[in-house]
Amino acid sequence: MSIYKDIAWNGLWKQNSILAQLLGLCPLLAVSTTLVNAVSLGLATILVMMLANLAISALRALIPYEIRIPVFILIIAALVTVVDLAFNAFLHDMYLVLGIFIPLIVTNCIVLARVEAFAAKNGLRAATFDGLMMGVGFVWVIGLLGAVREFIGQGTLFSGIEMIFPTLSAVQVLPQSYPGFLIAILPPGAFFVLGLLIAGRNWLDARANARLRQQRLHDQPPPASVPA
Amino acid sequence: MSEPIEIGQREAGVFRISARTAGIMLAFTLVFTALMAGTYKATAPMVAASALAEKQRLIGEVLPGALYDNDLMADAITLAPQKALGLDDETRLWRARKNGVPVALVLEAAAADGYSGRIGLIVAVAADGRLIAVRVTAHKETPGLGDYIDPKKDRNKTRPWITQFNNLGFDSVPQSKWRVKKDGGRFDQMSGATISARAVTRASGRTLAWAVEHKDSLFALPANGRFEEKETP
Repeated sequence: MSIYKDIAWNGLWKQNSILAQLLGLCPLLAVSTTLVNAVSLGLATILVMMLANLAISALRALIPYEIRIPVFILIIAALVTVVDLAFNAFLHDMYLVLGIFIPLIVTNCIVLARVEAFAAKNGLRAATFDGLMMGVGFVWVIGLLGAVREFIGQGTLFSGIEMIFPTLSAVQVLPQSYPGFLIAILPPGAFFVLGLLIAGRNWLDARANARLRQQRLHDQPPPASVPA
Repeated sequence: MSEPIEIGQREAGVFRISARTAGIMLAFTLVFTALMAGTYKATAPMVAASALAEKQRLIGEVLPGALYDNDLMADAITLAPQKALGLDDETRLWRARKNGVPVALVLEAAAADGYSGRIGLIVAVAADGRLIAVRVTAHKETPGLGDYIDPKKDRNKTRPWITQFNNLGFDSVPQSKWRVKKDGGRFDQMSGATISARAVTRASGRTLAWAVEHKDSLFALPANGRFEEKETP
């Protein structure tokens, strides 16, 4: 059980693909202009990561070490193509929204990174769960990034939701007269907001570590060597 | 004597390992290519049907179904690349008729001078020379700034910017006035995002002029014919 706890904690926070590993910045920065876009790409990424981890964990005994990278890339590209075609055929309305993002997932190196670092060395269940948790870690960060950029840039949230759920509409958070702050939507804004998120994570981690050290000093008067 | 044999054996071993690795790589390539090809084949009819439905939906946005009674998808011709429309590729042009009488042309066009690249348009032009409606099919204009050319993104939901072209012809707006107000023309633009509006306005004007000029020969072509005419300088 504790291995699943570790996997979840790593995916959501400690080894978070964006905040800790800084992987997959190309789709991250390009697509996080609105909350809906960002979460849509994130959900498609979860699907691909789970499939890729599952497939490679299942085939890992057959893949020679020397050519593992080309085989991984082949498998990931094939899976993304299959997902792309399946969305187009079976979920066409959603494809019209997500369509442009799905091929972008190939460029997300977090998929290859998890396949190489985890799926190639672990069993089916753990690998699929790792794909899910890394994907969820990606979604919450890209979703937050999209929400902040959309809020600052346009004063709205959920703009574009009507493309997925036609009965819903965007929420105008700031007054209609809000002129918008364009730089948040343009690429520099993506870097600014991402930088602030990473700084925020580092600050939280540093605070937690400091508190832990304080506690250790109180709990164990003879100070043993502090583990790194 | 033993040395050459050893080298030979080692070479044979290296060769065997390389061949085996290459064989595995080949097998993976074949299996996953077959997976992709199979999915492509299995989904192709559905994908084509969705693309057709999407096209019909777009046509429906610029041309109300009540105006015509023919099968638009069957009464189409192929348009050779038309520089005047901003098109570099072949496109389809649909002809709407009611009781056999020409009603309207629906054609694609593009503006190459958007703020960030090409803006794709679909335009319906009535047989009497009016522009019925125009819609943006593809664009990369700045989100929240220039993307009001797409009525889905326009904040003015009751009267989106792009609808101001509806039902106008060169008899009510002379071609010299078919520009945004900033350029001395008749059409509004949003301050701060003139380039997107200017590109769409000019492209719709060019398209209307081209359609008015060629409409008789376009309606006369047999279904599934090909319009080749070189543009007049």
